[in-house]
Amino acid sequence: MNALILSAVLGVIMMFSGIVLKEKRSIRNIAVAGMIALLIVNVLEMRGIVFFDIDAKDMIAFDRFALLFNTVAFLSALIYLLLSSRDMEKVGINYAEYLALIFFILCGITMTSAFRSLLILFLGIEIISIPLYILTGSDKKNLKSNEASLKYFLLGAFSTGLMLMGIALVYGAQGSFYTNKIILFSGTPSPLLVAGMVLLLFSMAFKVSAAPFHFWTPDVYDGAPTVFTSFMATIVKAAVFIAFIRLFDEAFGSLQVKWQLLVAIITAATLFIGNITAVFQQSVKRMLAYSSISQAGFMMLSLFALNAEAKEGLMLYVSAYSFATIGIFAVLIKMKDYTFDGFNGFAKQQPLLAATTTIFLLSLAGIPLTGGFLSKFYMLKATLSAGNYLWLVIFAVLMAAVSVYYYFRVIQAMYFKEGDAHPVDVTPAFKWTLVALSALVLLLGIFPNLLLNWYYF
Amino acid sequence: MVPVLLILIPLLTGLISFFIKNEKTTRSWVLFSTIITLGISILGLTIFKEEEYLQYQADWLPALGSSFSVSLDGMGQILCLLTAISYPIIFIATWSTSYKNAKNFFALMLLAQAGLMGVFLAMDALLFYFFWELALIPMYFLCSQWGGERRIAVTFKFFIYTFVGSLLMLIGIIYLQSKTADHSFSINSFYELQAQLSGKTQSWLFWLFFIAFAIKMPVFPFHTWQPDTYEQAPTATTMVLSGVMVKMGLLGLIRWLLPVLSVGAYQWSDMIPPMALIGLIYASLIAMRQDNIKRLIAYSSIAHIGLMCAAAFTVNIYGMQGVMIQMFSHGINIIGLWIAVEIIERKYGTVKLSELGGLAQKAPALTTFFIIIALANIALPLTNAFVGEFLMFNGLLQINSNFYIWFVVMAGMGVIFSAVYTLNMIRRIFYGEAKAINSVTDISLNEKLALGLIVLIIFVLGVYPQLMLNVSHEVSDSIINKINIIHYTGKQ
Repeated sequence: MNALILSAVLGVIMMFSGIVLKEKRSIRNIAVAGMIALLIVNVLEMRGIVFFDIDAKDMIAFDRFALLFNTVAFLSALIYLLLSSRDMEKVGINYAEYLALIFFILCGITMTSAFRSLLILFLGIEIISIPLYILTGSDKKNLKSNEASLKYFLLGAFSTGLMLMGIALVYGAQGSFYTNKIILFSGTPSPLLVAGMVLLLFSMAFKVSAAPFHFWTPDVYDGAPTVFTSFMATIVKAAVFIAFIRLFDEAFGSLQVKWQLLVAIITAATLFIGNITAVFQQSVKRMLAYSSISQAGFMMLSLFALNAEAKEGLMLYVSAYSFATIGIFAVLIKMKDYTFDGFNGFAKQQPLLAATTTIFLLSLAGIPLTGGFLSKFYMLKATLSAGNYLWLVIFAVLMAAVSVYYYFRVIQAMYFKEGDAHPVDVTPAFKWTLVALSALVLLLGIFPNLLLNWYYF
Repeated sequence: MVPVLLILIPLLTGLISFFIKNEKTTRSWVLFSTIITLGISILGLTIFKEEEYLQYQADWLPALGSSFSVSLDGMGQILCLLTAISYPIIFIATWSTSYKNAKNFFALMLLAQAGLMGVFLAMDALLFYFFWELALIPMYFLCSQWGGERRIAVTFKFFIYTFVGSLLMLIGIIYLQSKTADHSFSINSFYELQAQLSGKTQSWLFWLFFIAFAIKMPVFPFHTWQPDTYEQAPTATTMVLSGVMVKMGLLGLIRWLLPVLSVGAYQWSDMIPPMALIGLIYASLIAMRQDNIKRLIAYSSIAHIGLMCAAAFTVNIYGMQGVMIQMFSHGINIIGLWIAVEIIERKYGTVKLSELGGLAQKAPALTTFFIIIALANIALPLTNAFVGEFLMFNGLLQINSNFYIWFVVMAGMGVIFSAVYTLNMIRRIFYGEAKAINSVTDISLNEKLALGLIVLIIFVLGVYPQLMLNVSHEVSDSIINKINIIHYTGKQ
């Protein structure tokens, strides 16, 4: 509850800071300080110190799963601000508003990670989505940004409609919005409930850009200003995944046999489309958009398996994925040319940045010693123990091998090709933050318990 | 403590080498590091050979059932010694080869050494997988950065190939771990599994592992990455790849696959050895037609590995001991050949047989060394490879199969072919008409030292192979017992 209230308050503070303060640096400092405060109060809540105790009628429950994810999200957001907040200045004049919107999104995230009622889920998803529509279109003079924003808004509104319909059907079938009351029935589920569940599945699949609901993703990620793509593709996507698994674990867990095959098909399709299409991209930004689809496919495996390992693994996965992707985007923002060739010779110009980017890419590709490997490992393990779906595991593994192709193209460009790619305006602080971030990715890959122990203790 | 040091020393010295500015210092530093590693490896064989020194275990991922467990058994001793010996020899032999960004080159070489040591020492499946991949990453960078003209595409093919294989192995490892009684990755838990898994399960699980190992070795028909990679990689890296790294596949086969899934292996034991032996003949035939020495040696390596792979399936002490000693001998011999090839390429500017000739007059020392090593490569008596091949043939003759005589015939043909292409290579490089080659210098002191060491090992092991056989006897025995349990109890 601490973080929910504080993030909303901070959003408002940021809005007004734009009026009061003229200096962009001080606005940025307030945002960073606010994010640190958010992180601290959330960690305090994990340790049992709660500042705001509001009776939410049990519609929202800050359990360990929610709090741990909030910590991960705030930590990622803090790193994101440290790395990329300077680049937001280039997007447009409304600097303070961008930061305010980010805090509002975080407020939505605290709701979606902790909901107990479908209403809160809906509210959280909307609070996340609406600021995102604005941020996508924030580069007002750029046609692509406008197009992306409109596309995102129209399709997003459509999927929200589906979700609302699903919630209504579930309510009609069970007479309750509470996720823990939906499962309290015996016998075969009514068609109404199943229809509602499928609609919810589709709308959530849309939000996490799982195939065949992924068509908006490449255009929106490509069109949006790169700073905001970074935020959208990592923290937001992770949050929706957490909501996704929470919804299906608590509300529809007992119906797993009914939807498991459907989820398996969606997973396989997502992995296939994400990976195969990413192979053909020429722009690193678009490649990352497809890579985010393929990584979503891997995360879908946790939804498919839905056991203790899957939940632990998802936590590890979203952290490793968010850290690595934020890092790559932070470097990408500094580049002039977003194509693969734009990275030619990068290692000669910036050996340190190239080395950290390599670690991030290796993590996304799932090479041992990085967080990406262990998170993929957890996913495969969870899926294998979930039963007779060996084909899905083998398919996922083959797709992971395909992903090596496009991630390593960046490494090849950086190290083995001649060129003079040099990033603009790289400060020492930026470099060292990236080094710290890559150390974090490695740490997750060697001692995942540093993160996972928080889940239990 | 010995196994931990064997991994840590190359790892730490490798990381330090990234930060050494001076190229000369880097060279001395890495040579120093590899000699220390060699010293420790020899100490592990001689003075500190009690169990307590050779094992180390620490908690790593208790929640997953994985621990940092390393230990030196007989096979580990042989392969670690091979790794430890080959590195100083490689560095001495290529002392005067210059590299762009030399510090990165040497640092990555040492990191690869750490990964290789880890693979040979790991007694925990997840740890094994970790090191298996870690040995690959430095190799990828080494080959793509310092290799020949087509290096990027060729190395990428190599990487994707092996990565697919290892991912399949990962599925197999996870599956086996979920079936163990104590949900652990430790090798002993894996060994206890064989009685529990049904024959049908073992049959398909076998392939998840075997493909990974077959790609690494490489065995026909998974070998297509190998000649290109050997040709394009920088020679020092090729030496590591062909001399040491291919042994990862054999070790995986012998330590992790055959004793764990012995029923699965038994079901395919009429198929894999012929496959390997077809590869042996196929590769030998191709080797005969090669004009490029590098490709010739690459194919000859496929042929040798094919024989070792077939012998690993014999499940008797001769075959197993033969593979053990041959793993070492093959590594030493092929590194010797590559050193000679590297010298020829550097001094005479070509590796094409058609452009070489008459070198014996200009470089007598090189000729002598090369011929000895080449003859060792075709397993002449008194050389190290003879002992291994003899034992492997013996093993094949006693194999429990109706087709054993054909196996022996095929393997014998391979040996004859290897004599054909090797002697032909010697004739065309060193004898005949001297072609238009200007350089008249013979090999320098450091090259003599490296080749001399190799020749020394060839003769010592050729005359007194008992040195090696003693080391590997116990582990060969125990592995065969583990495989045989199932056969004797008749459970299939």
